Amino acid sequence: MYRSFLIKYAEIGVKGKNRYLFEDRLCDQIRYALTRCEGTFEVTKSQGRIYVNSLSEFDYEETIENLKTVFGVTGICPVVHVEDEGFEKLCQDVIGYIDRVYPDKNFTFKVEARRARKNYPKNSMEINCDIGEALLDAFPALRVDVHRPDVMLRIEVREKIYIYSTVIPGPGGLPIGTNGKGMLLLSGGIDSPVAGYMIAKRGVRIDAVYFSAPPYTSERATQKVLDLARTVSRYSGPISLHIINFTDIQLYIYDQCPHDELTIIMRRYMMRIAEEIAKKSGCMGLITGESIGQVASQTMQSLMATNDVCTLPVYRPLIGFDKQEIVEISEKIDTYETSIQPYEDCCTIFVAKHPVTKPNLNVIRAHERNLDERIDELVRTALETDEVVEIVYR
Amino acid sequence: MMEVYLDNSATTKCLPEVAALMTRILCEDYGNPSSMHRKGVEGEKYVRYAKEVIARCMKVQEKEILFTSGGTESDNIALIGGAYANCRAGRHIITTRIEHPAVLQTCAYLEEQGFAVTYLPVDANGVIRLADLEKAMTKNTILVSIMHTNNEVGAVQPIEQAGELIKRMNPNTLFHVDAVQGFGKFKIYPKRMHIDLLSVSAHKIHGPKGVGFLYISEKAKVRPIIYGGGQQRGMRSGTENVPGIAGMARAVEEIFADFDSKIDYLYSIKERFVKGVSAIDGIRLNGPAGREGAPHVVSVSIQGVRSEVMLHALEDKGIYVSAGSACSSNRPSVSATLKAIGVEKQYLDSTLRFSFSLYTTEAEIDYTVKCMGELIPMLRHYTRQ
Repeated sequence: MYRSFLIKYAEIGVKGKNRYLFEDRLCDQIRYALTRCEGTFEVTKSQGRIYVNSLSEFDYEETIENLKTVFGVTGICPVVHVEDEGFEKLCQDVIGYIDRVYPDKNFTFKVEARRARKNYPKNSMEINCDIGEALLDAFPALRVDVHRPDVMLRIEVREKIYIYSTVIPGPGGLPIGTNGKGMLLLSGGIDSPVAGYMIAKRGVRIDAVYFSAPPYTSERATQKVLDLARTVSRYSGPISLHIINFTDIQLYIYDQCPHDELTIIMRRYMMRIAEEIAKKSGCMGLITGESIGQVASQTMQSLMATNDVCTLPVYRPLIGFDKQEIVEISEKIDTYETSIQPYEDCCTIFVAKHPVTKPNLNVIRAHERNLDERIDELVRTALETDEVVEIVYR
Repeated sequence: MMEVYLDNSATTKCLPEVAALMTRILCEDYGNPSSMHRKGVEGEKYVRYAKEVIARCMKVQEKEILFTSGGTESDNIALIGGAYANCRAGRHIITTRIEHPAVLQTCAYLEEQGFAVTYLPVDANGVIRLADLEKAMTKNTILVSIMHTNNEVGAVQPIEQAGELIKRMNPNTLFHVDAVQGFGKFKIYPKRMHIDLLSVSAHKIHGPKGVGFLYISEKAKVRPIIYGGGQQRGMRSGTENVPGIAGMARAVEEIFADFDSKIDYLYSIKERFVKGVSAIDGIRLNGPAGREGAPHVVSVSIQGVRSEVMLHALEDKGIYVSAGSACSSNRPSVSATLKAIGVEKQYLDSTLRFSFSLYTTEAEIDYTVKCMGELIPMLRHYTRQ
């Protein structure tokens, strides 16, 4: 019955003279998401609205699911078109529509017509009243409520006439490509994929870096991170994932530095390496899944100590979130099940029984001097052996 | 780099002649044994021949062989089908604590269905005590399930004595043996050993994955658990996996040709490995030594090195082994078998399983021992503190 979808977008409507840029990006992203769906579609922009029209048979559920991954979309309205064959016929079509979409007629409604084609014989107000009356006659259980209706029935008169009444919520945010690119530190845990999702939602393209530590971490741990990146890329678009072999750096820190500072120093090197790759690939910031106080390395003192080595801004979208809130988002975006697979990541393998929770920056810097002899060379090797995997969700 | 596959208890490589035969059946002799035409008869011939081969090697009748999708399905039919067919005589089942999950989880299901299950303990070598079995037997015991060879430590159970004991106490009690690890390593004769049901999987003996069989004594009452077109006399409906069945039979023929010298070779490989690793500091071997245990499985605990790390370090050298039991090892949890044989806590997370095949060479063993000797001190140095 539905042949097209009206796409609602909120925030980009207010971007002034840049508005067309945002709308064009949104159309691109919608087209990209629809390449994953059966059927052919046309995405058009007219008079401040974006329409997705199906040009062939299509799978309704699949189309909705994919439209729901496009940032910038706040609502998806399945639309029925009818030809303009007189007002009588329109009333019949609307009655038929209501009958099919709402089997139970015990609800309140309001008709909101929009007459884009001004030569239509009735004006918007008249359409509202007359359609309302026809519906009340057809279904006596219906009631009108113009303030808080259960069903807002919209009728748009254009070349054809469009009827719709449901709004399926979209993810919101801004279309991918309307902002820069960020480098996500992806660990395989619950938080970092969510952090990537949150930043991507602001229109940011994502690249990612993963630190592997064979033989302490397994190939399955790497596969898990590839799987997570793939799920995030469903929303963010293609991701270049950098896999860095971190073992030698980690073992060297183990040998040269106090054990309880291992995690902090290790994270400082991860940030340094991530920043190096970020700059090379045109990223304008780092993205992490840190949240204040979640673990020893995420106290404010620890965050200060790791932040100390970065010159790029570090975006931490989960900084004020509780674990449960993060879990809820990860379930929503479908990364949770993958994240909880029990493969060890390199942050936990040598973790001390009692890691420092309030590291002193000067002490950490002093102990890092113990690494002077070989660390530059080890970092260089790690960067040179960077393995890049292009992740695309299809 | 040398590639050394020492995870043959998880699965083995398929013999080239098995693969060639299967390809031919898949692409040329693809008839459905149930079809009436010549093409179907051709398919049926492979199945008949396979039955002949398998029945002969265990000295049983051809009609007592039921083809399945592998060890897990065989265990399920034996336990669920055996329990339900005999539940009017009682609802008590006996098994051991060191069974494969295919048996343990099926028993857990049967417990939910109202059956009572007794789990026999094992000694430090992983072997049950017959006295415990005798004590556990009641007049309501309808089924006893004991594995032939343990998949984690290679312990071999006294199957013949257990069979005698069971039948002496209650001739109607069914005796099921999970021989997934034992078949092709030991001579197993169900009639002499009083076995009613015996589970076997093809891919552990250089056959294909996805196929196995269940020996069902003609006297045993077992109900089907899969229904459909009535193939295999209604015991297991579904078109026979002809390529798999023929491939399995080919692998069985191969393993039982010159059997004794093959097994002698496996034991010599095991001895060579045991001798080599015993020279490394802080090593502990679990399960029975020498000919008391299986010829192909050695369980090694390495003090101060986590098994996952050791496994990946060996992988880096091209050596593939398993941590605990491979079937459950992507969910690292403490092994019930290792616990049951009393391995101390500090070793539980540090245990690897090395399992050999007829195609494992002495050079591969020597290379593995050498790599372990080099890796262990290094890995011990870097540990979580």
